[in-house]
Amino acid sequence: MFRKWLLVLIAVMFVTSAFASKDKNSIQVKGSDTMVNLGQAWAEKYMEKNTGDFVAVTGGGSGTGLSSLISGSCDIAMSSRNIKEKEIGLAKQKGINPNEIKVALDGLAVVVNPGNPISKLTLAQLADIFTGRVTNWNEIGGKDEKIVILSREVNSGTHVYFKEHVLRKNDPNSKEEFTPRALMLSSSQAIADEVAGNPAAIGYYGMGYISKKQKPVNIAKDEKSEYEAPSIENVINGKYPISRPLFLYSNGTPEGLVKKFVDFTLSKEGQDIVLATDFVPVNK
Amino acid sequence: MRKLKEFIVEKLIFICGLASIFFVVLIFLFLLKEGLAVFKTVSPFNFLFGKSWYPISEPPQLGILPLILGSLLITLGAAIISIPIGVGCAIYIAEIAPLKIKETLKAGIELLAAIPSVVLGFIGMITLVPLVKSVFHLPTGLTALSGSIMLAFMAMPTIVSIAEDALYSVPKTYKEGALALGATQWQTIWRVMLPAASSGILAAIMLGIGRVIGETMAVMMITGNAAVIPHSILAPVRTLTATIAAEMGEAVVGSEHYFALFAIGIVLFAISFAINVTADLFLHKRE
Repeated sequence: MFRKWLLVLIAVMFVTSAFASKDKNSIQVKGSDTMVNLGQAWAEKYMEKNTGDFVAVTGGGSGTGLSSLISGSCDIAMSSRNIKEKEIGLAKQKGINPNEIKVALDGLAVVVNPGNPISKLTLAQLADIFTGRVTNWNEIGGKDEKIVILSREVNSGTHVYFKEHVLRKNDPNSKEEFTPRALMLSSSQAIADEVAGNPAAIGYYGMGYISKKQKPVNIAKDEKSEYEAPSIENVINGKYPISRPLFLYSNGTPEGLVKKFVDFTLSKEGQDIVLATDFVPVNK
Repeated sequence: MRKLKEFIVEKLIFICGLASIFFVVLIFLFLLKEGLAVFKTVSPFNFLFGKSWYPISEPPQLGILPLILGSLLITLGAAIISIPIGVGCAIYIAEIAPLKIKETLKAGIELLAAIPSVVLGFIGMITLVPLVKSVFHLPTGLTALSGSIMLAFMAMPTIVSIAEDALYSVPKTYKEGALALGATQWQTIWRVMLPAASSGILAAIMLGIGRVIGETMAVMMITGNAAVIPHSILAPVRTLTATIAAEMGEAVVGSEHYFALFAIGIVLFAISFAINVTADLFLHKRE
């Protein structure tokens, strides 16, 4: 079975590299799975307005997008994290000059089952839960029940962001990790479903996935701060402590079609689409 | 003219035969080339027996013991469930069932083999996972047991059809002899037919297990994927296959993580190869 799988993988690699288009009228946008719906919504609207131009949007993860930009197989990379020093170095070697454009903000919601009495947590408590120092809900004021920790897989920009900003508290020297007991689910939807059906579960994902079947927890930076709900206003005014910027990366300053598309994403219309896809606009 | 045609066809078929081997060799070489590079950063011992799998940390911790144990636990569970049922089913089809039921059962089992694994995984996620959670009063139903049950369904068609074949190919005279000596039907099956077909049945079991250990999609969906050494079959596990599938998308080409995933591929290849060779040995012993 896995041999077949490998073959498919190799085939996919060939196909994707063969399709790297250099057509003047079309651009390739690739990267973050968090942003793929947003990217597609932008592309649809953009192509409606500019008939003749073609924008192809694909996912694969922030790292995949950035490595495609570096290898020259896409024109714009979508990323839910900043580019790493290592990646900039690789890009410079290939004569690519990554240019960062902040296009939206995303609040990361921490969710529990609606039947869970816990409704607010501090960042320190979150770190304790997700690193496995706290294992029972009654240690933080809940029922006597084991905590079921849900995380995204390591290929997710959301996983990386949550680790660096919540578990490691932005400290680059910190060695904190998710507890190995954490269940790794392959999509935000899978986390949403498990939280909806499991009173002991806790998980995290982009605000857009919150529904009535999950309860978002209010978060405070520390015990002295206010507990804030993950809402669009709180992300814009910076009160909600776990929000992250979403980026587009182009090669050098955008020109031609790339510039046209980037300008569109930052226009009033583009930012309305950001809001419509449950992200937070950067330009109002 | 006829001879020439014969010659060309023969050679063409020969090339087809070689092609499959050629591809296997190429894939294996590629795996080796990419996978062995990981041993520049981590020793083979620490790779196989390390207890922590944190591939994207700095520096990465690349110990796959929890993954190996996860794969083995699920396979063992699936074997315990599927072998008795599968072999029992084969005995019933080959020895006991009337012709009509036999045909229906065979068609049904073929149908079971035709269900794509992602569909089985999906069904398992919706039905089996909540059931396991409530029956055993667990914090979560995403456990090794759920994976084992689902994989047992996947191994069964292989086990049943090959074991049935093995029983069918036992010479009729054995059975007639036993019955003529006054043995009951059960005695005939248990004392004569099963031992006579044992090597074929073992081969069937090995091939079934081979299918289970390489399965990816269904286990990724229902076993929770927590990279921790499992202490019970009711705990979540992460398998070798699910690790490759989940992480390959993001691994930067040329990074330690990327090489480590290929090295996991080598480990899987080795396990799967060993199982297939064992099955082959049993099959040939029978002839």
